[in-house]
Order: sequence, then structure tokens, then C-alpha cells
Amino acid sequence: MIKITIDQKTVSVPRGTTILEAAEKAGIDIPTLCHMKLHDMNIENKPGGCRICVVEVNGRRNLTPSCCTEVEEGMMINTHSMRVINARRTVLELILSDHPAECLTCAKSGDCELQRMAHRLGIREIHCKGEQSAYRIDNSPAIIRDPDKCIMCRRCEMMCNEVQTVGVLSAVHRGFNSVVSPAFEKDLMHSECTFCGQCLAVCPTGALTEVDETTSVVRAISDREKVVVVQTAPAVRAALGEEFGYQAGTVVTGKMVAALRRLGFNYVFDTDFAADLTIMEEGTELLQRLNAFLKGDKSVKLPILTSCCPAWVKFFEHQFPELIDIPSTARSPQQMFGSIAKTYLAEKLGVDRKNMIVVSIMPCVAKKYERGRDEFYVDGNPDVDIVLTTRELAHLIKLCNIDLTTLPEEDFDEPLGQSTGAGVLFGTTGGVIEAAVRTAYEIQTGKALPRINFEELRGMEGFRKAIVDFDGLELNIGIAHGLGNARKLLEDIEQGKSHFHAIEIMSCPGGCIGGGGQPYHHGNADILMKRQHALYTEDELKVIRKSHENPDILKLYAEFLGKPLSEKSHKLLHTNYFNRKAE
Amino acid sequence: MTKTHIFVCGGIGCRAMESEQLRKNFQREILVRGLSDEVQVVTTGCFGFCEKGPLVKILPDQTFYVQVSPDDAAEIVSEHIIHQRKVERLLYIDPETRKRVTESKDMDFYKRQFRIALRNCGVIDPDNIEEYIARDGYSAIAKCLTEYTPEKVIDIVKKSGLRGRGGGGFPTGLKWEITRKSENSQKYVVCNADEGDPGAFMDRSILEGDPHSVIEAMAICGYCIGADKGLIYIRAEYPLAIKRLKRALQQAVDTGLLGRDILGTGFNFEIEIRYGAGAFVCGEETALIHSMEGCRGEPTFKPPFPSVEGYMGKPTNVNNVETFANIPVIINKGAEWFSAIGTEKSKGTKVFALAGKINNVGLIEVPMGTTLREIIYDIGGGIKDGKKFKAVQTGGPSGGCLSEKYLDTPIDYDNLIEAGSMMGSGGMIVLDENDCMVSIAKFYLGFTLDESCGKCAPCRIGNKRLYEKLDKITSGEGTMEDLVRLKSLSLVIKDTSLCGLGQSSPNPVLSTLTNFYDEYVAHVKEKKCPSKQCKDLINFTIIEDKCTGCTLCFRNCPVEAISGEKSKIHHIHQDKCIKCGLCYSKCKFEAILIE
Repeated sequence: MIKITIDQKTVSVPRGTTILEAAEKAGIDIPTLCHMKLHDMNIENKPGGCRICVVEVNGRRNLTPSCCTEVEEGMMINTHSMRVINARRTVLELILSDHPAECLTCAKSGDCELQRMAHRLGIREIHCKGEQSAYRIDNSPAIIRDPDKCIMCRRCEMMCNEVQTVGVLSAVHRGFNSVVSPAFEKDLMHSECTFCGQCLAVCPTGALTEVDETTSVVRAISDREKVVVVQTAPAVRAALGEEFGYQAGTVVTGKMVAALRRLGFNYVFDTDFAADLTIMEEGTELLQRLNAFLKGDKSVKLPILTSCCPAWVKFFEHQFPELIDIPSTARSPQQMFGSIAKTYLAEKLGVDRKNMIVVSIMPCVAKKYERGRDEFYVDGNPDVDIVLTTRELAHLIKLCNIDLTTLPEEDFDEPLGQSTGAGVLFGTTGGVIEAAVRTAYEIQTGKALPRINFEELRGMEGFRKAIVDFDGLELNIGIAHGLGNARKLLEDIEQGKSHFHAIEIMSCPGGCIGGGGQPYHHGNADILMKRQHALYTEDELKVIRKSHENPDILKLYAEFLGKPLSEKSHKLLHTNYFNRKAE
Repeated sequence: MTKTHIFVCGGIGCRAMESEQLRKNFQREILVRGLSDEVQVVTTGCFGFCEKGPLVKILPDQTFYVQVSPDDAAEIVSEHIIHQRKVERLLYIDPETRKRVTESKDMDFYKRQFRIALRNCGVIDPDNIEEYIARDGYSAIAKCLTEYTPEKVIDIVKKSGLRGRGGGGFPTGLKWEITRKSENSQKYVVCNADEGDPGAFMDRSILEGDPHSVIEAMAICGYCIGADKGLIYIRAEYPLAIKRLKRALQQAVDTGLLGRDILGTGFNFEIEIRYGAGAFVCGEETALIHSMEGCRGEPTFKPPFPSVEGYMGKPTNVNNVETFANIPVIINKGAEWFSAIGTEKSKGTKVFALAGKINNVGLIEVPMGTTLREIIYDIGGGIKDGKKFKAVQTGGPSGGCLSEKYLDTPIDYDNLIEAGSMMGSGGMIVLDENDCMVSIAKFYLGFTLDESCGKCAPCRIGNKRLYEKLDKITSGEGTMEDLVRLKSLSLVIKDTSLCGLGQSSPNPVLSTLTNFYDEYVAHVKEKKCPSKQCKDLINFTIIEDKCTGCTLCFRNCPVEAISGEKSKIHHIHQDKCIKCGLCYSKCKFEAILIE
């Protein structure tokens, strides 16, 4: 243990502790801007670039950044001397002097870490005004980059390179002109960006934000010609409440449904229903491939990879195009829902698909990109018309003067509203594969599951593996969240080293609960843990917890699709992938 | 009969003045006159006295010819070589005595120098390993490998008091010791040859003139720290240095002085060259390492120091070219010999690139503790055109400008820092009365502004704001409050920046504010530039009494801002004048006034 003194308080901390962490232990909250640490997830950004966290250490010539300076025995630290406060304020003023003062109209207003820091440090005037950076705004279907607002904290770069290994965002140019951008300042749309949105999930300012489509929803709802249906993804209900003052991990499903109804949607459905449908298709595909493989069919490749996550799909299309026949061909729940809504539901309601607007509420920004993919259009009409993130939904609810907290709890509409506990699990890492196992086990073995919870598939480790006993047949299962972890699994497959039968991959750390469209976690990993816990609780509370027992799903097959992997299913619920390496 | 050698300086200054053609002409003359057996023409590294280049030295009589043009080759061969008569007109003239000086050792420029790092520059053919070996080359590595333990060598380097010549001044032996103690099966020796200061060419000259000294020292370092791999990070803009280095590496490998089982001792060491793209910040060791790793060249916070976690995460010892060049001599002559040179805390010598408004521009090496006055006046020959000395900028773009009161300060690491400047890698630029100190500060800041990596906020934005303020002042728009802000902002940038670049970039501003405050005030309060350099603060007018109406100014003005008829007084129209100064330089009657 190392003994140090911070602001006259003496603390003992283990070797390797930073001054920032030691101060936290002493109850001293040193302000930080570029630093971000997701505890227990092995994700940390500490370039030591913003210099806001500088402190004075006795005997050192210069101020030192507390986020990346490790403690040394006997250190005497002052976190708020005149010299420190002056330096901290001056540096923040410098950062603000190169930042557009557009707070009133900024997407990040009210949730901006820079704004909060300016308030905290009591900045009332910028003494060193001068030229401001002026870059072009980069619009994509999912993410907007406004580099003028970039403060070079490099969090996005760390997420994009170290965590996701996508490698699109990095610092370019030098000195005052340096900014984080795709190489050669290409647009994101022309890069290998997966639109996972982890960059904007960690951006402290409005430099990276999602494309705001709330107005399109208001317009659609106002159009009397249109039947507007909405689906809500599993992870949304576990996070939406945070925008309305609820504790993280509070599930607000019923209130959310009530709010959507009050917003004027004609039908409020559940993506969890589509998740159950995904399990029917993907689970059946898994068994088909598995059984053929076990019979020695050399044309069948394993492992099968999940395909619900659009960022993950784009990732392997760019990075591992030679493996595009490995993932399941099942569309994501969002797209399955859209497809079923505009066929089965439209038929039932007697509505032309062109007069039906399908809106998705997603924890994700990649879903905005996914819905626009060519293969999800029929005669020029998309299966899903508009995608809102959890944050956008919160804005929309507030825009429409609805107080979520006072709303009653209501149920989803029929016939695409009923779902199982398995469907709910789609929102967390490990959830899709657990849902698949529940169904696949019973179909494969013809026996009832001895237990429903598969603890061995749960957790927050970036890469997990488990063996599930299918009544004597041992199924090797891999789980990865974060594309960097996925890359390792894919490299193993490429080199023929993989022994897995099935692998679940989600792009975002934690899965969809940590999606780029969720309320900002501001570096607090506890929030993700609580959202995950909430989904498992929601599953426990469900009467039906296996997808193949969802009566509405059974009805859908009976009335419309026939059986899983039928010709109709293939047409409506499956897809194919593209080699995007050349792009 | 002793063979005659004609040494032609192959340094960059002389090459720019056709020394390569001169060498070819010498060779042709020798061939034509059938002297090939008796006379050998050799291209050497930099002689140092660039001001008087191209330089030629004839051995064995040591005759030193200056400003030799390619056309002079024939005369030198026929007169000096064949008829044994010195070509008087090509001998150096001592500015004091006005007498011709035959040998370099009698020239003021060389007299006060003491060459350790530059010992072989201009003395040997850098492309010939045998010439290096003939001057004790590779005897130090042999001694280390056969007689000394690594600890013993480190001890010698520590005792010598050698400090890093790249600017930081960290004790070299201590650095080696720390790297030795960092346990790892793979370690690296890195030579920092990313010399980027404007006007500096110390490292370049060593690599061009004596590449083997660096190679030998790197191998010694590898032996000491337990590394079998060396990397030289050199800027790609140094093609000649790269060419000579490559040849030297090949020769060392071919001779068995690099590679496996060197001198049969079982010690393996190989060296690879890595190219830098010319980013100034890559001279900072962590940025350099990142650049070599293929990452963006920007520094990271230390600790961990490279000696613990460096290239590819392995312990890495980074030393600058000049530091390495000192090592073989220290081993051969001993720590005591070396530590007897210099001052208490700065031992040995330092190479400086003398530039600016000084008579003898060139490369010099002097013992630590030599005063600025000795360098500028005795070696440098004083200020050009008899102008008045104003300041000397040491330490490269982020060093400080020292005024006259520091002329008698003995130069060493600590004194320079105390004076508000720094040693840096050894750039030394002399300024005279015509230089505007505000503009000079702006010039240097402009350089660091371009070269900042942009990683930390104070350097990225702070330097930009400083620059803008200086621009405001030189445009006559500055206020006294700006002067206060300049200082306070400079101090915060120094105090909070991530690496040495940002921590020193405000030095030109702070040192000029301290030493030349009146000049700033004149710009702000009187809206005048005392040195008459700031265009926005000066006007060109014609002194009517002196104007003869020769029309020369009228004809030369590029913007038709001058009117007047032949034999009549001319007039400059201020609204059109762009202050290019052409009229001033063309006027034969000193009739143009700048005020």
C-alpha cells in the first residue's frame, strides 16, 4: 500500500492506483473531461489530453494529469490550489474558445459534459477568443459528425479502434487543425463504419449524434391516410425510464406502451414478438445445420453466428467477407417485424403496405442504417420506415407534453404484441443464445427443459464460452460482445481453430442495453449492469419464457408462414449478405 | 612517398555549392594528369565552416582552401599538387589581421573548438569503414565485449557525466542502467535521428560524416542493456545521411562488427533503419516510438518511460545521434578524461549549428561552459555587416531568445534553463538590431503551432491563441492587456502541456517578453516597430532632399504606388504601397525613409 496526502487528507492505496482514483477514495472529486472508465468492462480512455484533471504534486516542476499519474509513496497533492484552478479554468476556456457556442440548438444540450464542466468550473467569460475550427458536417443515415464540436477527447477513437477494432475514427492533421475523422476525411457512409454508435455513446459533446427522426414520426402520425404502427426493442424498456428520472434498471414497459399510444400510434407492438420469431427461424436453422454437420455433411459449416445485430452484420461484411456464409440468414427482429407487419398485419387490417408506416424504437443507431438497406425494400417501400433511438423517444414523449411517470401501465396490442421471456433477453449479451437454446433444446431432444435459466451464458465478460448439454449432445457455445471480441472469434474461425457450434455476437459492450441509442451512461458501467439485471428480471416475471410457446407465433405460422424455414419464411424473414471489402 | 589526399567537404552546405562537381573535376584532373597513383580524392563529412564553403583540405600538408569553385580544381592540382605552390587566393583571410591562413588549426573558427562528436567529420571518408577503424573505430566495442562487463561500461558512461544531447539532458548512463534493469527477453536500442529544428543539422552532419561512430555506440548500448536489436529513426528528408548510414551498416555487417556473434564473443546485434515523415514532435521519444510502431506520431504520458515500456511495449533505450557519437570516445579515453571537460553538471562538449546574422555560419563543437560571447564573436566572427548584436535564440523553436546580458553566461543545460531558454538539440540563431523580437517570437510560435500534434488542449489551442495575439500586436492592434494575457497564457501552457513540445513552446514568447518588453510596448502603445520589420507599423516615404528623380523606384514598384517624373521629386502613395521594400533596396541615394 502507498500512503499519500491529497488536500491534507491521508490515504493508503495499492500500487498502480492513479491520483484520480486515490482522490476518489478520499472523497475528492477531481473534474475530468477526456477520461472515461467503464469499470469491470476493461474499457478505459485516458490519453491525458484535456488537462482538466491536472493537480499540483509537491516537488514536480509541472502540473500533472491525475488520470494517468500513478501514486508514489509520500506524494503531497493539491487538487485546488490557485495555480491548479487557474490552469484548469484557462485550459477549459481554451477548449471553449474552439467550440461553437451553439448550446441552445445543440442535440447534446442539457446532456453535454463540456457544458457541465463549464458550469462546474464557473466559466463566465472566455478570455482568449480566436479562430474556431470549421469543418464540414458529415451526414450518414445513422450518425452525424459535427467535427467543429470535437474536443479531441479521443473517446470515440478508443471505442472505434480498441474496443470495436473497426478503425474508422482516428485523429487526423496536426496542431490546431487536428480532429477525429475517418481517414482522408471520408464520410462515414463511405468508410467501414458499422454504425454501432459506440462513438456517440461516449462523445462528451455534440460532435457525434444520431440522426434525429422525431419530426418524421410526428408527421406520419399526423397523416390521416396512414396506419402508423410502432415496435419497441427489448432493451428500450430497461433504459427509457432513466430519461424521466427513474433509477437505472427500472423497467417501464407498461408506461412506455401507454406513452406510445398517447403519442398517437395506431398500434403499439413489441419487437420481443419478432425476437421470438427470430428464435423460431434461427433456432431451426441452427439445428438443421448442426444435425447435417453431425451426420458428416461436408458442405455445412459451423459455427452458426447470430445475425440480429446490424453493426455486427456490416462488420463481417467489411472485415470478413470470406465468412459471409457462416452467420445465420435470419433477419434481425426489427426487420422480421417490419416484414410481417407489412404483409401479415397489413393483410389482416386490409391496408396497403404503402399506407402503413412502421416505426421502430431501438436502443441502437445502426438500426437506422439497417432499415435503409436495399434488401429490406419491397417495390420501393421499406419494411421499416422510421427508426427512433431510446433517447429520441424520450424527446418525443416530452415534446408531446406527456408525463411518463404518471401514466398507467398498458399492454401491447394484438396480434404482434405478445412475447416471451426469451424475447426479452435479446436486449443483453448472452440473451439471444439463451433464448435459442431454450427452444432448440426442446425441439432437438423432444424433452422439456429441466431448467430455464442458463446462468453459464450470462455475465459481462467480453468473451464467454459454455457447454450446454443437449441430452447427451454437448453444444459448444461462444458469446462475444464488443466487435473487438467478435474479431478474435472470427479470426479463430478463419484459421480453422474454432470449436464452437454456435456463437452469439452483439456489437455493443453489454449488448443492446449498452447500445448507441440508449440514454448516455457518461462512463458509468453500473448503469449497464442494472439494465441487464432488469431484463433478466423481466424474463423471470413472464409466464411464457420459451419462444416456441408464444401462442401468437404459433398462430402466425399456422395462418401465414407455414413452418420455420418454409419458402415464405425464407422470402420474408431471411436475407443474404454482401462482400463490402471493396467499398 | 606519402600519398596526397584531397579532401572535399561533402556536407550539405558545400554540396549545395557544387562540391560534388568540384570533386568530379578534381578526379578528372588527377586522371588526365596521370596522378591517380599518387593522389586520392575523398569526399568527407561536414568540415563545419559552411560560411566559407565549398571547403577543400589537402593532406599531408593540411592546407585548407575556402570557397573553392569547381573551376578551381585544375589550378589547385597544377599549382598545389604538381608545383607545390599554394593557391594563395583560395586561402582563408583572417578578418582581424587580414592575413592569409594556411591551416584550419590557425583559424579562429576552429581554434576554440573541441571536437569529440565531430571528431571524424571532415577527416575520414564516411563511406569507408577502414578509415573509421584507422582512427580507433570499433576499438571501443571490442574493448567492451572482451574486457568489460555491461555493468562496467554503464559505470564508465555514468561516471563520464554524459547527458542526453537531444535536449532533455537526462544522464545517459542512468538511462542505460534503468533499461538494463527492466527485465525482458526483448529490448531495443533506438537512435533518435529525427532532427527537426529549423536550421539545425548537427545530427545530420554526424550521420553523413561519421555514421560508424553511431553504429558502434548503439552496439555498445545494446551490449549494456541486453538488447540485440537497434533501430535508427531518421527523417526521410535526409537522403544522404540515409545512404551513408545504409552503406555503413552493410560494411559493419560484412566486417562482422554487426550481426551474430560479434568478434566471436557471442554478442548479437543488428540495426534497422526506420523513416520518419518529418514531424517535429516525433523527436519526442514516446511519439517517436509510436511512429515506429505505425501509430500516429504523438506523445504519451510518462511514466511509463520507454526504458520500462517502449517500442512494442518492450524496454527501449532512446538516445540521440550526438549522444551516441560521444560513447566510443568515452570508452576509449575513459570517464575521467571526458568528465574533465565542461562544467560541474554538464560534461563534455556540445555541437551547435550556428546560423542567422553571424559571419561564420556553420557547425561547431565546443566544451560545455563556453560562453555565448566566445561562440558568437570568437568562433562565429561576430555579427554580419558590422550590425549590433540583439539576441541569440538557443534550443531550437521552443528555446528562448537571450539578450546581450546573457552573453557571458557559460553554456550548459542548467544555465540555459535558468536564463529562460534551453540547450535543445543545439540550434543557435543569432539576431541583430534589424530583427523585430515580436516577429521572431511569432515566427517560432508559428513553427510549433504547425508541429504540435494536437493531442493536448493547451498546446493545440493555447499556442494558436498566443500566435493570434502576437499577430495582433505586430499588426498594431495589440493592447497592454494582450501582453498580460500573453504571459499568463504562456505560463499555463508550459505548466499543463503533455510533452516537452508544449511545455517549451511559449519560451520564445516569454523570453522576448522578459528581455525585450520595451519592443512589445512600442508595438502596442506607439504602434511602432522599433526594428522596422512589421509591415503594418511602417511607412515608406521619399526624402525630398535626397531624391534625384532618377525614376528607379518608380520603375521598380510592383504596384504602381510611386509617382513622379524624371528629375523631379517622387512620391509614394501610402494607400497603394504594399511595403515590399523594393524601392528602399533599389534607391541609390538613400532617399527612401522607413518610419
